Amino acid sequence: MHALHVSDLTVSYDKKPVLEDVSFSIPNGSITGIIGPNGAGKSTLIKSILRLIPSITGEVKVYGEPYAQQKKLIGYVPQRSEVDWDFPTNALDVVLMGRYRHIGIFKRAKKAEITWARECLQKVGMLGYAERQISQLSGGQQQRVFLARALAQDAMVYFMDEPFSGVDAATERAIIQLMKNWKQEGKTVIVVHHDLQTVEDYFDHVLLLNKQLVDFGETPKVFTLENLEKTYGGKIAFLQKTPSTEKEHHAHGHLAFESE
Amino acid sequence: MDTLLSSLSNANFQWVLVGSLLLGFASGVIGSFVLLKKQSLISDAMAHAALPGVCIMFLIFEVKSIPILLIGAAITSFLATQAIQFIINKSRIKTDAAIGIIISVFFGFGIVLLTYIQQNSTGSQAGLDTFIFGQAASLVKSDVQLITGGAFLLVLISMLFFKEFKLTLFDPQFAKGIGLPVSFLNGLMLFLVVAIVVIGIQMVGVILIAALLITPPLAARYWTERLGVMAILAGIFGAISGVLGAVISTTIVGLPTGPVIVLSASFIFFISLLFGKKKGLVIRRVRQA
Repeated sequence: MHALHVSDLTVSYDKKPVLEDVSFSIPNGSITGIIGPNGAGKSTLIKSILRLIPSITGEVKVYGEPYAQQKKLIGYVPQRSEVDWDFPTNALDVVLMGRYRHIGIFKRAKKAEITWARECLQKVGMLGYAERQISQLSGGQQQRVFLARALAQDAMVYFMDEPFSGVDAATERAIIQLMKNWKQEGKTVIVVHHDLQTVEDYFDHVLLLNKQLVDFGETPKVFTLENLEKTYGGKIAFLQKTPSTEKEHHAHGHLAFESE
Repeated sequence: MDTLLSSLSNANFQWVLVGSLLLGFASGVIGSFVLLKKQSLISDAMAHAALPGVCIMFLIFEVKSIPILLIGAAITSFLATQAIQFIINKSRIKTDAAIGIIISVFFGFGIVLLTYIQQNSTGSQAGLDTFIFGQAASLVKSDVQLITGGAFLLVLISMLFFKEFKLTLFDPQFAKGIGLPVSFLNGLMLFLVVAIVVIGIQMVGVILIAALLITPPLAARYWTERLGVMAILAGIFGAISGVLGAVISTTIVGLPTGPVIVLSASFIFFISLLFGKKKGLVIRRVRQA
């Protein structure tokens, strides 16, 4: 059973195509990294899957059913930089936002929801900051609040947009632990990621994207030098050439993307 | 003092007090949303744009019927927001310039129409110019009932959708992701702003009503880090300003209400700026020392 099935997804901004005919099927219980250069449409891909931006063509199915009917199975961690952290609210309140669908319109959060939100904060090591104004949290702590909110959603398929960018080591470990837990629970995780060095450690599946789908599949098969060159247009530099990477055309964590 | 006491015992004035209190409260609550949506300037454009609407309706119907005039105000207010959006989307003009253009064009047109009305009609146009600076004393019972009922309804809507407004303001992407009707909620917030401007212009005037929307929540932000508390506090600050404005402007003959309301709100703002518990300048200095 595929957790997510995307076919012929095309998106454009001002008539310029950003994504062209992207199709793939992500198996249930996997952790997929979406990899590609800046401007490859990585965030656009997940935003169009989530219907946050309009697509020209394309069909999205979640567990075999159209996306619109399966919204409650979706969890989402947006990029941290996309919200105003000076907003007058505290960490617990942000986590509760993950429960608004369950609480329902016109109603206030009940005790059970608040208890659940606190548990989610605890799971990311943030319970001590529940009443803290969000602007007074560090970048990593803010990211963990977003993770707790996603946890609170109690979803089956999680989308995360660059969760590792600008976070401290403790938060990085918290994110990895969370992804592993989700996988163990049979949940599916899809992550926009830009650091090539960590791809093999974090993800069991890789989706290589540069406006079009370059390749998708299990990490050892797809995360090859050849594929990366296709994705990044030859702008790949070796930090350390090792015999194995040269012979097998496999990248073992010694690759870096040279940005211009 | 005597005038004040005699005013207070006047039944019409008691209505005006209730109206200014509720209008101020609703402005503070809705203003909190406007402020966080970073639409302070747009709300000012909407207010200024209400004037031509009032004048056009008066020219068409030739009666000073408040509901008809206010419908005109709502239409041109709304048109102004759409015009701003259109300019931003279809040209390379930036938001601040687009707002600047629309404020001037609509308000200028309003003033031209108002001058034309004052020179060409007789008698019945008396008091149309109170829409510019507001005049609480000119309100009659039915006007105040409209303000009171409207303000009450707007506060009720704000309460009902509070949670959804909060998420839409803080993180619209996530709100959309969990299936909230974000476009509808944004539309509803726009409606609240148009509505409060329209019911408030008689008392506060088109030039200064945006200040009644923005100043109380700005002041409230210095006392709290929670949106719910901020909205209520902004409501209370708005209510105090509204009542002070109504009382002082009624006591001193010829003093328009809007400026007094805004001065009261600004006074509360400066106190908050200095002594606010959360971000006040004095508190910050004390903590640093």
